[in-house]
Amino acid sequence: MNVDFSPAELEFQQQVRQWFADNLPADLKRKNELGKMPSRDELVAWQRKLNEQGWLAPGWPEEHGGPGWTATQRYIFDLERARAGAPIGLSMGIVMLGPVLMAFGTPEQKQTYLPRILSCDDWWCQGYSEPGSGSDLASLKTSAVPDGDSYVVNGSKIWTTYAHYANRMFCLVRTSNEGKKQAGISFLLIDMDTPGLEVRPIISIDGEHHLNEVFFTDVRVPKANLVGQEGQGWTIAKYLLTHERTTIAGVADSKVNLGILKAMAAENQSNGKPMLEDPRIRRRIAQVEIDLLALEWTNLRTLAATAAGKAPGPESSNLKLAGTAVQQAITELMVEIAGPWAWPWQTGDYVGPPELAHAVERYNFARAATIYGGSDEVQKNVLAKMMLGLK
Amino acid sequence: MDLTLSDEQKLIRQAVERFIRNDYSFDARKKIIGAEPGYSTAHWQTFAELGWLGVPLPEAHGGFGGALADLLQVVEPFGAGMVVEPYLPSVILAGTAIAEGGSEAQQAELLPAIADGTLIAALAHGERQSRFNPHDVQTSARREGDAYLLDGQKTVVPGAPWAQKFIVSARTAGERFDAEGIGLFVVDADAAGLQVDSYRTADGARAGNVTLQQVRVPASAALGDPAAGLTALTAALDLGLAAACGEALGAMQAVYQRTLDYVKTRKQFDVPIGSFQVIQHRLVDMFTAVESSRSMLTMLAVRFADPQERARALTATKVHLGQNARYVAQQAVQLHGGIGMTEELDIGHYFRRLTLFCLAFGSTDEQLETYAAEHI
Ligand SMILES: Cc1cc2nc3c(=O)[nH]c(=O)nc-3n(C[C@H](O)[C@H](O)[C@H](O)COP(=O)(O)OP(=O)(O)OC[C@H]3O[C@@H](n4cnc5c(N)ncnc54)[C@H](O)[C@@H]3O)c2cc1C
Repeated sequence: MNVDFSPAELEFQQQVRQWFADNLPADLKRKNELGKMPSRDELVAWQRKLNEQGWLAPGWPEEHGGPGWTATQRYIFDLERARAGAPIGLSMGIVMLGPVLMAFGTPEQKQTYLPRILSCDDWWCQGYSEPGSGSDLASLKTSAVPDGDSYVVNGSKIWTTYAHYANRMFCLVRTSNEGKKQAGISFLLIDMDTPGLEVRPIISIDGEHHLNEVFFTDVRVPKANLVGQEGQGWTIAKYLLTHERTTIAGVADSKVNLGILKAMAAENQSNGKPMLEDPRIRRRIAQVEIDLLALEWTNLRTLAATAAGKAPGPESSNLKLAGTAVQQAITELMVEIAGPWAWPWQTGDYVGPPELAHAVERYNFARAATIYGGSDEVQKNVLAKMMLGLK
Repeated sequence: MDLTLSDEQKLIRQAVERFIRNDYSFDARKKIIGAEPGYSTAHWQTFAELGWLGVPLPEAHGGFGGALADLLQVVEPFGAGMVVEPYLPSVILAGTAIAEGGSEAQQAELLPAIADGTLIAALAHGERQSRFNPHDVQTSARREGDAYLLDGQKTVVPGAPWAQKFIVSARTAGERFDAEGIGLFVVDADAAGLQVDSYRTADGARAGNVTLQQVRVPASAALGDPAAGLTALTAALDLGLAAACGEALGAMQAVYQRTLDYVKTRKQFDVPIGSFQVIQHRLVDMFTAVESSRSMLTMLAVRFADPQERARALTATKVHLGQNARYVAQQAVQLHGGIGMTEELDIGHYFRRLTLFCLAFGSTDEQLETYAAEHI
């Protein structure tokens, strides 16, 4: 048993590390370290640079413009990406829609959309959740009714991340009320500037605008924008959920954030000493570090199984549960370090040490990690049923 | 043994609860914090008229000389309403510092004005490097004839933008961490050389950093002995922490209640989410957390006046409420799902307020460390 990277993998790692060192803009790195969201333009410019290098879509095969990496290479790339201080980038097009189109799209859909994801000419958002359908996604009601060569869409979506930046949405809609509710769901691609579509902002408890509500009133969508068959939407959505699992645990970013946490503790004092010297703080950091180590090895075991050809299954639920727990624990400790500097609500210039300024916002937003992408409770239901056979 | 409230306590509690219900809805509060100056002067006037601003202040100077048990009847409903008016900064922190440290003349000048609402004062003791340690004072007060010259910066002072006067801790003698040599000085907010940089706080109130450059105050501005202000400062911080625990309990109770209501009405998979056993157990744990916190606060109210018992009781209460507030706040967001993450709903605001409570006057963890070091 070993987890050593091969010489070729080590060389790859060096190459990636060097490229990030040479190409990552300093202010983007700084923002990422402080826990601040980059602007749309900054992100797009950065992603275009990655794309020029051919690295924007690590999980894509070469035939579609990806690097055709192995799971291990993708893992290494993600480690180096986070280590360099680069933001994760937009997952909606690259991680979610791309693989769906490759598996279920028509040749025209692939030709039209895949290159535009890579060139960042399209920004996709994910329209799944509705006010009445969160954990019980299959109960969704937004309807798509055929009319000539279009569907007419009515209803609303909620919690749509960056819908206000997006020009397109992949959307689950109801095309039938017959039979099982899952069987009446279809997967539709919608232009955000279609008449009848309206986006309204939702401000979250970190004070930022990530989320939106999207309303559809007689929105006409060409039938050519249906992905797969009518009624195949649920299958497609589930395919997505088990697709890209090497990074769901967020190990790479948690490692980096743990480093940031230690730096915060080293630079800030309590009773005249750096907090990092305080045994109480050290114990708490040690606790998170150990949890992260266990997570990393769970991740490596999953990776090894994938590399050996095993299809990813419900262990991704396990990775998500443990991964989000570590993310939340790190941000909670950031708030502990911030102490009195947790009070100022950062709207303009920093009134305290900048490295502590966003601790509370990070902590606040990290609470969402156990809600989105399948809540903690839902993940545990999945594990109980699928892994443990408890029904 | 009798742990019930007196008639007087019941009356004041009902009055404060009525005010929160009728005049301090979440939407009304939103309007207050979104506009200038960030608190309601009309409400402040109401608090004064109903006598709430005098509850903990001495009877001889316009107050009611209330005990902690009386004060809790005001601050618990305030916590449930997430009141942003500077009750804690002005009445409790500055008021106690003056009542404990000030001469008769200083008390007579300042306390009636705090009690009738015409004076808002703020206690400026924290510094950039000090975290929550009141001994860690680098701001200096240098004697010059019959005046003192103050130099330094006080950071994250709650209520600072609204204060007309500050009670500033400054070193007249000794080294950075010495308990001796700390004085408390009454400084006008518009004194030459004093600058306030104001900001909003994560819980919807306002605070500021107070910079003092060669601020000249008369020697008579010192509250009591200019080398022994720590006693009054500690008394203020003690009552402040006790009141903050009361507020936190009010907020915990409110956010628990809202979560309980929500899981009964929110349906997923065709049933209320409160019908899932895992959710039921979670609510039971939240309920237990609130009840157990209430027990600790009852203990504190009984023990607080006893100088032998106060420190231990206070530290224990903070630890226990801090742990339970964290749990209740996190679970309230979690069980609301996406809607719990929004600025629109009150849940996230309770979450932020309770997050700050967990840190206030020394974090849960720091207080546990103190308890371990000093009380076992
Ligand atoms: C920051 C953020 C970003 C998001 N981005 C997107 C996006 O881009 N696109 C999109 O479509 N959606 C997005 N979502 C929505 C997200 O997927 C939903 O919030 C999630 O599915 C939970 O649904 P809900 O909010 O309706 O909560 P509910 O489903 O109402 O759940 C409320 C509580 O009940 C619990 N619960 C529900 N069912 C069960 C059960 N059977 N057993 C035990 N407990 C249960 C949940 O765990 C939760 O604690 C985002 C959400 C957040 C917070």
